[in-house]
Amino acid sequence: MKFLSALAATIFALAVWQAIVSMTGLPKFILPGPALVAETWWQSRWLIAEHTWITAIEVLIGLCCGTLLGVVTALQLANSRAARVLVQPMLIFTQALPVFALAPLLTLWLGYGLWSKVAMAVLIIYFPITSSFFDGLMRTPPGFLDLARTMQASPRAVLWHIRIPAALPALASGMRLAAVYAPIGAVIGEWVGSSQGLGYLMLLANGRAKTDLMFAAMLTLGVFSILLHMFVRRATARMAGEAR
Amino acid sequence: MTPAPDLTFSGTATINGVTLFAPLTLTIGAGAWTCLLGGSGVGKTTVLRLIAGLETGAEFSGQIAASDGQSVPDRVAYMAQDDLLLPWATVVQNVSLGARLRGEVVDLDRRDRLIERMRLQDHMAKKPAELSGGQRQRVALARTLMEDRPIVLLDEPFSALDARTRADMQDLAAEALQGRTVLLVTHDPAEAARLGQSITVMTQLGLTPCDPPKAPAPRHVDDLETLETQGALLKLLREAA
Repeated sequence: MKFLSALAATIFALAVWQAIVSMTGLPKFILPGPALVAETWWQSRWLIAEHTWITAIEVLIGLCCGTLLGVVTALQLANSRAARVLVQPMLIFTQALPVFALAPLLTLWLGYGLWSKVAMAVLIIYFPITSSFFDGLMRTPPGFLDLARTMQASPRAVLWHIRIPAALPALASGMRLAAVYAPIGAVIGEWVGSSQGLGYLMLLANGRAKTDLMFAAMLTLGVFSILLHMFVRRATARMAGEAR
Repeated sequence: MTPAPDLTFSGTATINGVTLFAPLTLTIGAGAWTCLLGGSGVGKTTVLRLIAGLETGAEFSGQIAASDGQSVPDRVAYMAQDDLLLPWATVVQNVSLGARLRGEVVDLDRRDRLIERMRLQDHMAKKPAELSGGQRQRVALARTLMEDRPIVLLDEPFSALDARTRADMQDLAAEALQGRTVLLVTHDPAEAARLGQSITVMTQLGLTPCDPPKAPAPRHVDDLETLETQGALLKLLREAA
């Protein structure tokens, strides 16, 4: 059923796209039709695959590092009042800065290669991971804490046996959000400065009026993001308490 | 486990300067069930939480002491209306939670005996969501017994159950917690009349001790004197309101 509705939505979107192209008669370097894009995609499949691979590596490393960093930060924040006073305002401030503005800086510091893109992905997912996990850690049902208190549990044991497991669903939703954001971060990094990756390919195709290739790369990125989100969704199902 | 002591609670509590309850003294007999009966908002749960050493949000001035002079909060087991089972943990993990939280080795034999005694042996590997309300409260009772504390504090543990399951749980708890100093906080006159070896009604006016029925607890649900006591308790509650 879910698959059928996705299929129907895809067919509908393609039909609308094709209808706009046919009715307006726009030249193909302004708006290529779905058939042309599909053809270009097939012809350039190895080129696209190569760049997708680069972007995928950046996103996956970014996702892992960002999640780890976010989890550690949230634990520190939950554990120490001093950390909350000192770090929390800073965390919100950094979130208020547009990540896009930081991209040139990261390229300057980390170079044109992989790491400036990983850093972008990390930066963009760090906040959602940290804040969702931290919220989860601070919202342990008070009854559990009362019970633990009457059982003479140490704060460490409460954290390990009660607060962290109780916060895992919140962390799972943070990670699902991160799976959507991380590719955006990596692509922004590629736009600012790179010689590889889907972001680079899009920019390159756009510059040469190869709008069909630009579309093919963009759609590939979209499909990649959806697959990544589905994967993370499934991987976090246990954490979210959806599966037993 | 140390022998079950008498407890004496005396004092007054205020919330932001407003009196929650005026000075009162409650004695909880050693090795017996004391029922503290009252409507919502009279502060009966606060009394129980103060004894347990839990956060209440109220300012308490007074004294909570055990007859043997030893610390009270270190020797209580606590059971609430919400069964407080960890949803991600299995029945056996929930029952042995105390030992795991203290980093102690779990006494597996004792755990399994208690699970069997609570008739949960077919549900050991299940998560709380797979159990009925009565089964969940039986797990909570097994967890409470696993703690093996001389003082047991029960905060309306059966009030969310249906009538039949509630009566079953009352019988089971009365039998299982024999010999311990039990404080049961409840708003249900029927429960107090069935289980109380000492019954105190708490209202805005203070504490009123009531004579429990003569039959040994847990009393039959259709015992005439128990029903009379239930009526008298309800009357007291309504007069005060």
